[in-house]
Amino acid sequence: MCLAVPGQILSISDESPLTRRGRVSFGGTVREVCLALVPEAVVGDHVLVHVGFAISKLNEDEAQRVFSYLRQIEDQEARR
Amino acid sequence: MRFVDEYRHEHSVVRLAEALRRSVTRDWTVMEVCGGQTHAIVRFGIDALLPERLQLLHGPGCPVCVTPVELIDKAIALAMRPEVVLCSFGDMLRVPGSRDSLMTARARGADVRIVYSPLDALRLATELPGREVVFFAVGFETTAPTTAMAVYQARQRGVHNFSLLVSHVLVPPALEAILSSPERRVDGFLAAGHVCTIMGTAQYEPIARQHRVPIVVTGFEPLDILQGLYMVVRQLEEGRAEVENQYSRAVVPGGNRRAQEIIEEVFCVVPRSWRGIGSLPQSGLGLRPDYAAFDAERRFALEASGVQEDKECQSGLVLMGRLRPVDCPAFGTRCTPEHPLGATMVSSEGACAAYYRYRRA
Ligand code: SF4
Repeated sequence: MCLAVPGQILSISDESPLTRRGRVSFGGTVREVCLALVPEAVVGDHVLVHVGFAISKLNEDEAQRVFSYLRQIEDQEARR
Repeated sequence: MRFVDEYRHEHSVVRLAEALRRSVTRDWTVMEVCGGQTHAIVRFGIDALLPERLQLLHGPGCPVCVTPVELIDKAIALAMRPEVVLCSFGDMLRVPGSRDSLMTARARGADVRIVYSPLDALRLATELPGREVVFFAVGFETTAPTTAMAVYQARQRGVHNFSLLVSHVLVPPALEAILSSPERRVDGFLAAGHVCTIMGTAQYEPIARQHRVPIVVTGFEPLDILQGLYMVVRQLEEGRAEVENQYSRAVVPGGNRRAQEIIEEVFCVVPRSWRGIGSLPQSGLGLRPDYAAFDAERRFALEASGVQEDKECQSGLVLMGRLRPVDCPAFGTRCTPEHPLGATMVSSEGACAAYYRYRRA
């Protein structure tokens, strides 16, 4: 139930703080999403969407961390 | 899809699983808190990749599963009133109450509608001014700001035929209950990533310290879960007990401030009872006095029925990580998703349903 799906903001149609809204693409499927909880998110950003609300803006740099972590582990092991 | 497919990359999954296998030198038991993670673990067969000495326990993080029978009965009683339109997430419909489910109530004529978002329920209230629209507000901290937003907007806009049947629960008190149990078997936790996008990580610091337990905030894809496990095991092997963040692409330490503000505006912390587990102090959210007018239990003066869970179902033990679904005598025989005895067999995130779906052979 805490399922949240990443999508990309295509456009923002309403900028008032309480009802901020926009169109978000989920790998091609587009839905109207409430953006009131992510006031900092702009067009082009990726957000996590849960029950019709963007709940968090995804950080592109941090998104690579999993892969660099894996390389780090393997390097450490190789050095041992 | 971006932010999904790359975290399912098979070669990386295998490499990370191998690193994890090499890192384990003792017996460890780790619990994933969230039902979404349980589902991913069983679906992608992650448990089959784990070293023998690392055991996974499935946790209580399925809000549908822990919603008390009594509240489901209340939802049904409300839905049976001619003036009420009961709106719910689809997952709740098949969950058994003491006699009925919302699904069977609907077959008997109740107006029960599945909504995707709390805002859909609010919209319905504005479209049906002659009816009473009640939203069955189930969920953890991830969902709480969305229902809070719906009520907040209802009050701002003067939508008076909208109310909430609230069953919001909080994760940290459940972790406390698991760790304080004399039968504690958990050495470390994968904390629920989406709950932490809202609340941040600070709440888990005192738990990690007091109970000497590593807690790693973790995402939901195979690589996330394996990395989370690797981080927990590394802490355990090194004798550390800290809060770490694997899911940093979505979770910042302070969480989502805007979401916290709206929760704070609308809800306060209250005791809640958890299906199969019992009452836990300070473990849920209820509407603040300012918003009492939007509380369906008050508006319709609902009485507690005092009913109990089916005796045969052992979902409480499953939710506390003390029984594997397949070890329940009713699993797959008297209890199936078509004829569930307990909520953990219904919800797409319930551990019993995940095992039934992916692990019957
Ligand atoms: S298999 Fe069915 S009866 Fe057994 S614990 Fe799970 S939901 Fe309850």
